[in-house]
Amino acid sequence: MSVVLEALGVRVAYGPTTILDGVDVDVHAGQVLALVGPNGAGKSTLLSVLAGDTVPDEGDVRLDALDVRAIRLDELARRRAVLLQENRLSFPFPVRDVVAMGRAPWRGTGAEDDDDRVVGAALATADVAHLATRTYPTLSGGEKARTSFARALAQEPGVLLLDEPTAALDIRHQEALLVESRDRARAGAAVVVVLHDLTLAAAYADRVVVLADGRVRGDGPPVDVLTSALVSDVYQHPVDVFTRPGSDELVVLPVRTPAHRPVAAGKESR
Amino acid sequence: MPTTTAAPTPTTSPSAAVPTRSRRIPALFVGLSAALLVLAVLSAGMGQLSVPPAEVVGSLLHHLGLDVGPVPAHPNGDAALWTIRFPRVAMALLVGAALATGGALMQGVFGNPLADPGVVGVSSGAAVGACAVIVLGLTFLGPWTVAATAFVGGLLTTILVYATARENGRTEVVTLVLTGVAVNAVAGAALALLTFLGDTQEREQIVFWQLGSLNGTRWPYVAVVAPIVAVGIAGAVLVARRLDLLALGERSARHLGVDVERLRVVCIVLVALLTAGAVAFCGIIAFVGLVVPHLVRMAVGPGHRVLIPASALGGAVLLLAADLVARTAVPYADLPIGMLTALVGGPFFFWLIRRTRRSAGGWA
Repeated sequence: MSVVLEALGVRVAYGPTTILDGVDVDVHAGQVLALVGPNGAGKSTLLSVLAGDTVPDEGDVRLDALDVRAIRLDELARRRAVLLQENRLSFPFPVRDVVAMGRAPWRGTGAEDDDDRVVGAALATADVAHLATRTYPTLSGGEKARTSFARALAQEPGVLLLDEPTAALDIRHQEALLVESRDRARAGAAVVVVLHDLTLAAAYADRVVVLADGRVRGDGPPVDVLTSALVSDVYQHPVDVFTRPGSDELVVLPVRTPAHRPVAAGKESR
Repeated sequence: MPTTTAAPTPTTSPSAAVPTRSRRIPALFVGLSAALLVLAVLSAGMGQLSVPPAEVVGSLLHHLGLDVGPVPAHPNGDAALWTIRFPRVAMALLVGAALATGGALMQGVFGNPLADPGVVGVSSGAAVGACAVIVLGLTFLGPWTVAATAFVGGLLTTILVYATARENGRTEVVTLVLTGVAVNAVAGAALALLTFLGDTQEREQIVFWQLGSLNGTRWPYVAVVAPIVAVGIAGAVLVARRLDLLALGERSARHLGVDVERLRVVCIVLVALLTAGAVAFCGIIAFVGLVVPHLVRMAVGPGHRVLIPASALGGAVLLLAADLVARTAVPYADLPIGMLTALVGGPFFFWLIRRTRRSAGGWA
């Protein structure tokens, strides 16, 4: 499948701290790309660079072969949606209105006629249809996350950038969110998702990019990248990778013996 | 989560709540418009020279070239209406609409329901500009001089507050209120200096101006304020949809195609414009911008496309009513309207702070 979004030689530094150092990532249409790595690896920064929010100090970001900073904001919003880790709302809008905000980029285009249908479908997909008239601040953390996911879906983008979308979700909704992401990819979209659960990444991603200390440490299909050696090294904790009995699914589990007491070392910088 | 979903209401309320809210919006506009018309006619008729409502309407229609209805029976009735009452009513409408719209706009761009030109000190900044004109005797723009300097003062303060009170795209309540305290202190010092520099007559002017009053409104003043307010409200209506998206935060708004930097600049200029228009001839009238948008949000929700026009209308109604009380509560006395709005608005602000603190879980 074709490359729709690519970062080339991206370097981002805040003062003396280098967050990303020579990162190359290409995102293909039809693929789910999982971005994994320890805290402070630069995952969110990379997502922000791909979204066109952060201007890299060096390197380029291209969306559909165009410099992402050269694309008009409304045009950009029709091509890619971004779901941030934290989704707050200043005023108590009802859930349906929040999801309908995802349709804003399509105002004045032919697609505007589809607004009601798309918003309804997004509400149903994210399992928040029953909350449609509730106001956003009254929702639980997981319900807020699902509402925000529905808003991103309503944007009907070609590229979907999701920053830890499953962090607040229960198991059923985690699975549902990734199934939907994969369905969108099968329908032609490109999905980049930051995940901490490596088993989840292995189950749903077509490709895994492992980021550590601002560099790409692994890039490829889950079976090739998520090896015990690489994961243990990157996370600085012994990790077992094995296949689920009776299937070829990967299971990634940290080793939990007293000999490997995790150290709350100074890696948790940010 | 199970406890919230198990609540018995959701099965019935979602279907019922949607039509209720959508029916509420036209009801609100019709109600406010009706209140506006009734109050305007009543207010124009009441005072030391009383003119019955029918004669007020009659006088209006006759001046419009329609010979319908009775004309004022009192020999000075018509003159009193057209030289004193009508300009004052018009000014109350304009100033109320400007203050409430400015408040709604400011709350939208600050992402904080407690933002208000009076609270954060924009009104005081505009006041410094206007008082400078009184004391220094500036006339470089004719009747527009006060409005222009008030606009400059308001603009500078808005920029200052905006630059200092925001962090990561939103303003915490504590920061906002404390910034307001600081700005009001500095503006208060500037006003004190101007009061000190002025002669007796100028001092009196400044003091009354700070109390806020619509007393002495003439048509030329209305002619200056009307276009300013009209531009301000029209601009506010145009940015309404984008303000909705800004509620998601600056980054998310940008992801939805909003040019946040430009929206910010436009909103700051509009707030300064509306505040200057309100403050230029009537002085500081606080809390209208806080109370009105809040009540509108409670009635019809936070969507700015409804909030902004409804606030303009509601502000006009509120100030018209407040001015009527100011003129008629004590016989032969014209109470300062700023005092009245602060008397009601102060406790309301206090209640709002407590409520926000509770719902936001701390001073966030």
